Amino acid sequence: MRSDVVEAKGVGVAPVRGGHGVPRRDTGRSTARSVLAHTFVVIAALIFATPLIWAFFSALKPNHEMFASPPSLFASEVRWSNFLEVFQYGPFVTYIRNSFLISVAGTVLVLVVSACAGYAFGRLRWRGRDLVFIIFLATLMVPQEVLVVPMYQLMLWFGWVNTPQSLVLPFAFTAFGTFLMRQFLRGIPFELEESARVDGAGPLRTFLFIILPLARPALAVLTVFTFISFWNSYLWPLIVISDYGSLGTLPIGLATFAGQFGTRWDLQMAATIISMIPTTLIVILLQKHLVKGISTAGLGGR
Amino acid sequence: MTERECEAVTTLTGSTKRRRGGNQLRRIETRQALGFISPALAGLALFTAFPVVLSIAMSFYQWPAIGEREFVGLDNYVNLFQNHPDFIPALRNTIVFTLLFVPLNLVVSLTLALALAPRIRGRAAFRVLFFLPVVTPIVANVLMWKILLQPNGLLSGASSSLFGVTLPNFLAHPTWAMVMVVVMSVWAGMGYNMLIFSAALEQLPESVLEAARIDGAHGYRMLLRVIVPLISPAIFFATVMTMITAMQVFAQPQLLTGGGPGNSTMPLVMFIYNQAFTFQQMGLAAAAAWILFAFIITLTAVQFRAQKRWVHYEV
Repeated sequence: MRSDVVEAKGVGVAPVRGGHGVPRRDTGRSTARSVLAHTFVVIAALIFATPLIWAFFSALKPNHEMFASPPSLFASEVRWSNFLEVFQYGPFVTYIRNSFLISVAGTVLVLVVSACAGYAFGRLRWRGRDLVFIIFLATLMVPQEVLVVPMYQLMLWFGWVNTPQSLVLPFAFTAFGTFLMRQFLRGIPFELEESARVDGAGPLRTFLFIILPLARPALAVLTVFTFISFWNSYLWPLIVISDYGSLGTLPIGLATFAGQFGTRWDLQMAATIISMIPTTLIVILLQKHLVKGISTAGLGGR
Repeated sequence: MTERECEAVTTLTGSTKRRRGGNQLRRIETRQALGFISPALAGLALFTAFPVVLSIAMSFYQWPAIGEREFVGLDNYVNLFQNHPDFIPALRNTIVFTLLFVPLNLVVSLTLALALAPRIRGRAAFRVLFFLPVVTPIVANVLMWKILLQPNGLLSGASSSLFGVTLPNFLAHPTWAMVMVVVMSVWAGMGYNMLIFSAALEQLPESVLEAARIDGAHGYRMLLRVIVPLISPAIFFATVMTMITAMQVFAQPQLLTGGGPGNSTMPLVMFIYNQAFTFQQMGLAAAAAWILFAFIITLTAVQFRAQKRWVHYEV
């Protein structure tokens, strides 16, 4: 325990948070340091944000001024209409609707399957439990790339090529969600369900009315990760979908948009910005959950 | 309750002879657990275990998507290494990409995590900014970079109008194209490791830092001798995960350069994709996928072997 913190507590001053050293008196040197640190971060952020900023302003330009020389943020006019024109240019309404439906369906499925399996692994005692769990974990080692070729063959056999279920089902059973739920559920004290057990509630009722409400934080983290990974999925839809006009998702739409209207950079940039909106909102609204989730489990699906 | 489940329950609980009163309960609990786990187990068997086995089988066949299959033994593997013009370059590109991407990603993300010390104002907003590309569809990220890297895009345009320097046509030059694929990928992916390092830095034991400071550690020495060893488990985790994702790179080169010019930026996954879904050589693609997987496993094993030398799990 640091002596100055003890003293600080004594006089009712909050100790400095974080792991970066003792609270110093504001000497000239530390002010200079702080200015330097802030300058560095701001410059790094500006460099980092350049592609994002440039893409946004490019989305507001008329197409023929996209590569004007010298480059400037603003063209002769600011065309907000580009964002509307995107929807008349290709089946973008369909792309967005498909992406949304598939992400929601996939997320619901993952939540149900992972919560149930996580409960069996984390709260119930049964013979062979740990062995089965190790087998579950082993499947996490296999990368998606090894699976896509045989998975496509499987879809051919099922007659599922170019169907919505082929976008939802194959990658909805990864062990990642089960692992995350198990880790969280193991931490819930047993006393909480003991009284319910004594009153004669079986595992199912205990699960539904006691465990699930307590597991809300873990479910939130899993929801965010799963939704984002479905929303951004690119390789698999590219393989299994052939009729982009009716079953394409947003990333597919963006990628083939380039092929269809390679010269309409303005609309492509507008579509790019539109595709960022949902995930950006999720990150801004749920940043605390994200940090927590990443520091406990790591993020799958990239 | 299906017959198979019944059987499974009996085998799991062993004899049906009662030992104690608890045995009855234990059997019920086992049955319930099986009920809870069956959807996940069925899905994993059908969509992971079975495809893995199928993939091994496919790699020993001449396996077109439609048409006659023919058992060819190890021919696919031999052909890849001996007479496939694109395979060795694809393997090389994947290794080059990994060797450039992993260190660059780690250095940039660690630097930013260190720079975003608790004293920085608005650090939450900065964090969100650096993390944004990680959750943005990768296609969107690539398209943003495409307009930067065009011959008359922002980079070339700014350089020629500000400094009168004409930059090369990045995406048409083999070396520059690879460099740009790496730079773009680092930009898109480093926010994830930055968050991991930020979380680790916030849990640094204050007493150890204090002791180091009293012993006169400052600046670089503090960073290299104290802070880095303290967060070495996080660095190890990030290194392993980043390397695995680097080996699987696909979308960035596929969309930014199309694997070109020539095959100079075509990675292994793109090779697999092309073989399976453009040329219908699914057996060959499955073999290439297993070679990739073997590389990933080997590299990961090497990492775990080497960690004893530099990862410190207890202070």
